[in-house]
Amino acid sequence: MKITMKILLGMIATIHQTIQAAVLTVIVALLFVEAPVVQAEYADVILNKRSEREGMRPVIFPHWFHRIRFRCKVCHHELGFEMRAGANDMTMEQITEGKFCGMCHDGEVAWSVENCDLCHSGRRGLESRIVGGHETLGPGAW
Amino acid sequence: MVLHKHTGRRLGLKYSILGILMLWATSVFAAGSWTPLEKDGIHDPESPAVRVLQQPREALSVLPDDTAGNMVHWVRALQEGYINPRTNIMPETKIEVLDLDVIMPETSEMPLVLFPHRQHTEWLDCSNCHDKIFKQKAGETPVNMFAVLQGEYCGQCHGAVSFPLTECKRCHSVPRNKVPR
Repeated sequence: MKITMKILLGMIATIHQTIQAAVLTVIVALLFVEAPVVQAEYADVILNKRSEREGMRPVIFPHWFHRIRFRCKVCHHELGFEMRAGANDMTMEQITEGKFCGMCHDGEVAWSVENCDLCHSGRRGLESRIVGGHETLGPGAW
Repeated sequence: MVLHKHTGRRLGLKYSILGILMLWATSVFAAGSWTPLEKDGIHDPESPAVRVLQQPREALSVLPDDTAGNMVHWVRALQEGYINPRTNIMPETKIEVLDLDVIMPETSEMPLVLFPHRQHTEWLDCSNCHDKIFKQKAGETPVNMFAVLQGEYCGQCHGAVSFPLTECKRCHSVPRNKVPR
């Protein structure tokens, strides 16, 4: 009887340890799976209103790169970009005509529109939005 | 003996949890500091661009550092001459910088908000905020933190492109008993 109790207690202890280890493993796995999700640079913008539908990769617009060279007012005042990701309904035709990105991406200030892949460089399937470390993503805000 | 063994196991568990937490903290910290483009989750690693475009680390690591956002203190970068971004493309564009501080007193128990026009107008044009987001007259705009957190008012930029809303005290910077008059 005593031996049976001992074995039973031993089994319970083993099960307890196993559960503990399993829970710990799951927690660890979750931590490491979760960590690499948000890796894009703060304020990178994904533009995919038309790109993928028209057979191109989505556009990635890096704010960090542009704000080293231009103040916000250049694009958001002179070029007429709305300050809301997804609010700018521009076409490649307009850009080629020198509007929006085309104001600088003309082969003089910055590379010209023939370098399609340099802007259309995003992963397929991404939705238009602004990404980064911290973001305000109110319902319907974007 | 049994007790000793038990304590040892407990201690081991504690240390392993501590170790795991430290590892996690490191990975989170690493995630905040300039991921290479090919690993950032939004660039297609197959795209020819990732070999051509400038890497964030190359450009941002030489600028005044910060603890949030791009990990760059953009206002200092501009003020201290690390960068000199263009103010206009069209020669006829009028460049206006306004040196005027506005105190926003309705902040519940939080310190008051000091809004400096100068730092904002060095980057932005008046028309970016007036009158679309903020009325010109102080106190006329019903700003509240819930709306800001939803991406309205200050939250249109702060939390998206300028320093994020985790940095409460940068805006809520005037203690209630020390309001300048």
